[in-house]
Amino acid sequence: MNRFALLIPLGVFIIVGAVFAAGLWRDPSRIPSQLIDRPLPVFNLPPIEGFDEGLSSDHIIGEGEVALINVWGSWCVACHIEHPLLMALAENDVIPIYGIDWKDKPGDGTAWLERFGNPYTRIGDDMDGRVAIDFGVTGAPETFVVDKQGRVRYKQVGPITQQAWDDVLWPLIEELRRS
Amino acid sequence: MLPEIGHFALILAFVAACAQAPVLLAGGRIGEADAALFGRRAAILIFALTGAAFFILMYAYAISDFSVFNVFQNSHTAKPFIYKLTGTWGNHEGSMLLWALVLALFSAMLAWQGRAVPTTLHRLTLGVQSLVIAAFLAFILFTSNPFERFIPAPSDGEGLNPLLQDPGLAIHPPFLYLGYVGFSIPFSFAVAALIRGQADAVWARLVRPWALAAWTFLTIGIGLGSWWAYYELGWGGWWAWDPVENASFMPWLAGVALIHSIRVVERRDALKGWAVLLAIMTFSLSLVGTFLVRSGILTSVHTFAVDPTRGVFILMILAAAIGGSLTLYAFRAGSLSATGSFSAVSREGALVVNNVLLVAACAIVFVGTFYPLFIDVLSGEKISVGAPYFNLVFTPIAGLALLLAAAATLMAWKKASLNAVALRLRYAAIAALAAAVIVLAIAEREKVAGAIALALVVWLAIGALTDIAGRVKLFRAPLGQSLARLAGLPRAAWGAALAHFGIALFALGASGISIWKTEEILLMNIGDSVTVAGYEVTLKNVEQLTGPNYVAELGQFEAVKGGRTLALDAERRFYPVRQMQTTEAGIRARATGDLYISFSENASGAGWPVRILFHPLVGCLWWGMAITAFGGAMAMTDRGRKPARARAPSRAQARRRSQDMPAGAKTAQA
Repeated sequence: MNRFALLIPLGVFIIVGAVFAAGLWRDPSRIPSQLIDRPLPVFNLPPIEGFDEGLSSDHIIGEGEVALINVWGSWCVACHIEHPLLMALAENDVIPIYGIDWKDKPGDGTAWLERFGNPYTRIGDDMDGRVAIDFGVTGAPETFVVDKQGRVRYKQVGPITQQAWDDVLWPLIEELRRS
Repeated sequence: MLPEIGHFALILAFVAACAQAPVLLAGGRIGEADAALFGRRAAILIFALTGAAFFILMYAYAISDFSVFNVFQNSHTAKPFIYKLTGTWGNHEGSMLLWALVLALFSAMLAWQGRAVPTTLHRLTLGVQSLVIAAFLAFILFTSNPFERFIPAPSDGEGLNPLLQDPGLAIHPPFLYLGYVGFSIPFSFAVAALIRGQADAVWARLVRPWALAAWTFLTIGIGLGSWWAYYELGWGGWWAWDPVENASFMPWLAGVALIHSIRVVERRDALKGWAVLLAIMTFSLSLVGTFLVRSGILTSVHTFAVDPTRGVFILMILAAAIGGSLTLYAFRAGSLSATGSFSAVSREGALVVNNVLLVAACAIVFVGTFYPLFIDVLSGEKISVGAPYFNLVFTPIAGLALLLAAAATLMAWKKASLNAVALRLRYAAIAALAAAVIVLAIAEREKVAGAIALALVVWLAIGALTDIAGRVKLFRAPLGQSLARLAGLPRAAWGAALAHFGIALFALGASGISIWKTEEILLMNIGDSVTVAGYEVTLKNVEQLTGPNYVAELGQFEAVKGGRTLALDAERRFYPVRQMQTTEAGIRARATGDLYISFSENASGAGWPVRILFHPLVGCLWWGMAITAFGGAMAMTDRGRKPARARAPSRAQARRRSQDMPAGAKTAQA
């Protein structure tokens, strides 16, 4: 067998190993660096079935308030888990929550909200997942904290637990409101 | 005091491994017999010491000694006793200790085997093995000490992840580790073969049972893992192409290629460089899997901890083990010359093609698993690769491999006649066609995909039966003679046929559940009914109950079909110590499939969100994997074709030894 061919496995491993080494220094659950402290991706989503208003980046920036953008779907089991907490936030007017209904079939999202309650100020329908890609969404639920200037400041991967809310999100929101 | 003894035992084991490696690898200079004896004793000593450390940790768990930080973090007095014990390996440090223990166990068994026939090959293999052990003991001692103290001891621990309190999970990691770590032995044999520049039938016969044992354990481990996911995780899936699942699947695929190519080396003295490369690849993928889980480099439900120092350490082990062995391969594989030649149409030829397909399938899984990481590192973008990619790309290649598997077992070594093989496969072909037609006629949906899948399944299953029928001359010889032949069949033949049959059964289950699953998600109140796959499912009652360390909501369902009534209980448990919820799905297994119910919290007050699924043929998944593993075990116990001659005292053995010596001595001087 030719010498060069025998070196191929080693070459492949060296490339893979280099990527592993580079990959060690990033936190897989953190937001991609280019979105942190950057303005929201520009988007304009239609309303979900049965609603009149959709959601666009202008709506969120226009309010000039610290807000949450929550990516969810009626198919998402983990969204059930954080839903009571979102409902409590909405009922007590703690913070505006904008919803992005991700990859849902028409009508499913509306039906889900009718059953469990709607914590969202506005909802956009991201049926084909284009906007979720701009946000770098890897799964549902994911929640973004947006500051008064409409910049993304934090991403919560997975359901918002009470602990995540108390330890991370709420302190951050208070800080952003003060600034 | 005891934990300190455990820690000290680990340090001693590490020192012993550090002493063992150079002695074994340079044994030619010290004196073959002395070096081998020292190496064997060291291997057994390391096993005893690691075992002592492991059982001391387990004892600390048993008595809930919270002055040990690891026990404090992962155990709780309110936990059932059996899960206190299994909690020993339900965390990072403990599972690495189990890894090292299994590694030491395999080395000790290798040493024991080498006692009977001491050869340079065995000595070098054990030497490579001791390097691997030293590396992993160093990893434990320097980055993941399980015996770290926590004083003053808190009164209670922080509990164990309730998802992990399940019999399926308690036993599945040890089996996975037996598989992963078991592949270290073929790896060490491969490196030893490269050092000596010689891989022959004797080498293959030594490697084969180890490779088969590791592969069998890995099959059982993966099977138990997916069974656990199915019963416990509550999403009704059995395989999600999750990075950690893929990490166990890649060595499995490479292992399938390995056990087949070793057979070619053993029988035909060909494909040597390829078999050696596969042995290296299989263990490398096991190491990569460990790296994946232990470094937290990819987000996954399975990942225990994100800690760069551990990741760096494992990466260094990877670089040394994989980089080192592949460098050796690049320079030495050229000297592994084959003597056997074969034509393209032969069992060897078919196995080569199947090997290529399996490695391609493995590469597909690898790319899908690591593509997000590559993209992230290169461009900073986050993407995810989901099941659609794997289903689209992996399934056709796996299908081709299954298609060929039935034919390969019927081909003759060296040169086969396509006509003869086609003739023998005519029943399989007719049955496959019939299956396809039946599916097209009766299936309500997904006719084409289902027809292709079932035709393949029937083809492979009948192919495996044809192989056995041909070997016993069924219907061509008197029945009594056939039965006698059946009893006398080599276990390797039984193993191959069983494993292929098991894979066919497994594929049947996998097709059934992915093609014809029925699912209904809805909100139910007590008394509500819904019809799913012909079952009329009613929510009869919901009540609260209290378990040993959790509180639960129990949903009692009733399913009626054809006048028969089934009762199903689904549970939603809440574990206060960890603030975690788990679902215990209600599952009723029928011959045609499983009725599966899980439910969530009635958060809105409008009813309980209920998920009802009918999984057709799901039982075939578990039975298929079990039969496949049994086939592997069967083939493992086959002693090979010429054991009598190789074992014969006298000249054969003496000759082999004298052939071994110069080769080993040469390398030692080089």
